Amino acid sequence: MRRWIAPGAVIWLLIGAAYFLIPLVATSVYSLKSNQTGTCCTLENYGTIIHDPAFWKSIRISFVLALETIVIGLVLLVPTVYWVNLKLPRLRPVIGFLALIPFVVPPIVLVVGLLDVFRGTPDWFYAKPYGFLVAAYVILAFPYIYFALDAGFRAIDVHTLTEASQSLGASWRTTLGRVILPNIQGAALAGALLTLAIVMGEYTIASLSTFDTFPVYIQYVNENQGYPASALVLLSFGITWAAMVAIALVGIGRGAQTRVGGA
Amino acid sequence: MPFFAYALLFLFLPSGQVMVGAFRDVDGGFTLDNLRTLFEEPYRTQFRNSIEVSLVTALLGGLLGFLIAYSAIREGTPRFIRSALTTFSAVAANFAGIPLAFAFIATLGTIGVLTTFLADLGFNPYDHGFSLFTKTGVELAYLYFQIPLMILVISPAIDGLRREWREACASLGASSFQFWRHVGVPILMPSLLSAVILLFGNSFAAYATAYGLTGGQVGLVPIYIGYLLSGDVLDNPHLGQALAVGMFVVLALMMLLYIPLQRRASRWTR
Amino acid sequence: MATVELRELRRVFGDVVALDGIEVEIESGEFLSLLGPSGCGKTTALRLVAGFDRPTSGRVLLGGKDITNVPPNRRGIGMVFQAYSLFPNMTAEANVAFGLKVRKDPREARSRRVAELLELVGLADAAKRYPHQLSGGMQQRVALARALAIEPSVLLLDEPLSALDAKVRLQLREEIRRIQTRLGITTIYVTHDQEEALSISDRVAVLSRGRIEQIAPPAEIYGAPGTPFVAEFVGTMNRVQATVGDPERGEVEISGTGVAVAAARGKMRGERVLLLVRPETVGLEAATDGGGLVGEVVSHTFLGAVTRLHVDTGTAEWSADLSTERASALPVGARVQINFPAESAQVLSLGETEELPVIDPDDR
Repeated sequence: MRRWIAPGAVIWLLIGAAYFLIPLVATSVYSLKSNQTGTCCTLENYGTIIHDPAFWKSIRISFVLALETIVIGLVLLVPTVYWVNLKLPRLRPVIGFLALIPFVVPPIVLVVGLLDVFRGTPDWFYAKPYGFLVAAYVILAFPYIYFALDAGFRAIDVHTLTEASQSLGASWRTTLGRVILPNIQGAALAGALLTLAIVMGEYTIASLSTFDTFPVYIQYVNENQGYPASALVLLSFGITWAAMVAIALVGIGRGAQTRVGGA
Repeated sequence: MPFFAYALLFLFLPSGQVMVGAFRDVDGGFTLDNLRTLFEEPYRTQFRNSIEVSLVTALLGGLLGFLIAYSAIREGTPRFIRSALTTFSAVAANFAGIPLAFAFIATLGTIGVLTTFLADLGFNPYDHGFSLFTKTGVELAYLYFQIPLMILVISPAIDGLRREWREACASLGASSFQFWRHVGVPILMPSLLSAVILLFGNSFAAYATAYGLTGGQVGLVPIYIGYLLSGDVLDNPHLGQALAVGMFVVLALMMLLYIPLQRRASRWTR
Repeated sequence: MATVELRELRRVFGDVVALDGIEVEIESGEFLSLLGPSGCGKTTALRLVAGFDRPTSGRVLLGGKDITNVPPNRRGIGMVFQAYSLFPNMTAEANVAFGLKVRKDPREARSRRVAELLELVGLADAAKRYPHQLSGGMQQRVALARALAIEPSVLLLDEPLSALDAKVRLQLREEIRRIQTRLGITTIYVTHDQEEALSISDRVAVLSRGRIEQIAPPAEIYGAPGTPFVAEFVGTMNRVQATVGDPERGEVEISGTGVAVAAARGKMRGERVLLLVRPETVGLEAATDGGGLVGEVVSHTFLGAVTRLHVDTGTAEWSADLSTERASALPVGARVQINFPAESAQVLSLGETEELPVIDPDDR
């Protein structure tokens, strides 16, 4: 049915577009202003950032954190979701409910509890972002990875694939590694990209447990320098955007995208 | 299963610790004093603010998100707008926290781009009682991720509205308004309720955006918990836990309100 | 009740011509079916009458008045959809009452009318149920009652039975016809099921590629298809290429064999024609050496009282419906002679280059 776009629709879409684009445009304008004089247009803010070793350090920390979170999250969840779909479909609602809990427990509450429980654990865990922070991030990423994987597993016929593979003489490990995994690659990738976006932007837990991740660095620059922070904000937006576009391109991210949360 | 062990260790144990801690006094004995404190100032106001901000952004974000999602999905709108909106919403819903706060400062801060633009037109919002660093400002910034979240969660439900229903309505003589009133809204109501409750929780838990915007100057519960955690207030380590429990209670109360509403709205599905 | 006229109705979507100027007049109280394969434009035509869509050009007249630009909610036309059109948030009763409610009928009159209609479709005791608690057939009955509640001047049905089980389909189709006759309401019925169209209608319009191939009473559509397309689409038909032999005597030649066909009279000698013969008029006998149209039985399809035999003559395949008892005397491999009454066959002229229409079996 080809018809003209309704005038009401145009108005709402324009309002939406304005609301979402104006802050981005404003940030871009800011990023081109001189930090000394406040006048346009210069790229010096970008230069300041690139030449700041703390920038590279923080972004490296956040990126490694994200990778670690993704690996742990997938290792924990892929076999679980596979097993639940194959053998214990009755557990599905249980695990689905579990997956919603991190949405209900605010990160600020989680960090209160985590700091309390793990205070006094060895330094290699408690005092290192790659220990403590990753543990928390896996919990935060849990719903996103779970729902992405679950959608992926539901899109394929796990039973038939498993039985077909085993009837051909494959072991469990071969079945999981050579048959199931290639079929849920897309879903796993979507979950991973979502996790990347979340970890690269997570501030609450990182700052309260005093680790210098990328968002913590942005806030630091924001408090101390003003204009250069806008360059970082654009970069941060770019990372999120790239992750989401990648998910859209992967295509299987649909189930996961509808459950993307915020804050 | 390793997964359940992990959830137990890093999710349930800390949550449980918070629960228990809220009922302990400084010496570790049982007490209700911590929770009683929540009804005193400034905590009382903080809870009121948090609930107010969450309600406003959930309802307003829900309404705007619905209208935008519907505009993109409805017949006549080119398809590419829909997919662009979906991707963009996924980005914006995740674009929260410090960067979002900064983007709003750059837009509507005292020397923000939009502020200066409006001031040049002779209307400086700061001369008219507006400030980005207040509850209103926080609400404005929260809408930036609330609206897209609404778009993401409500779109599948809007897709579920069948063309036949609209056409049957029309052939029976109903106007577009009558369609929405008797058919469209009632059918969507269960999804709308779930979405709004999700938005409420999302906003209620948010910390980083408000922190980045106001530097801890706005009286919201998560902000104060953060202040207690990072700060020097060591007189009662259990106060933070009590505030956390208070947040749980608010969320639980919302659920209690939500469940009967949801049951009523979806009675035709059973 | 009212007449419906479609005048030069054309609808183009992008570069697809869905409806290519159709012209139909439907009498008051008439039951007309639009029959054709998917994509033939039948549903497009119905939606234009309902007002859900506007034609690219042409007009729709209702009771002589031009309603082409009247919005659907002011046309007073009842519509029954393929499936799932009931408002899921309302009981059967509330669904039927909806049209009356929006036009603000008084409450008592409304509930009287609703009860009456649910009675009419045989669902008086399902009034309080929600659509998802009703079977597909019951849902369609409610949909029918809902459409009729507003006393529409015309009733439109868009493949209302296609989502139902075969048995329910048969039963409901008779019921629709019974109710339609009783109310005397002008009705347009869209279907791709030729049996359904033939059994239920006063007239059938066969559509193909946005054009009307033939519009006629069912018996005529079946007995005297006007075009090769209609012949192929409606019922099973033996279609054999032939050449007119002796037009005076009424004889055609099929791969060199002369066969008497009354309809060949008046054609030109040597003209290429398509010979159409219904399987039930074809007779088979064990072949003697006497010549005639001879072939070999290649398979049997058991259809109950009759069995369809497929006979290969070398140049064509014929179908013949024989009583199952007779068929058992002609096993696979038997050589048989094909014959049919000279009056039963149709002859259609084929242009020199015209191809035989090919129909996707899925469309039937």
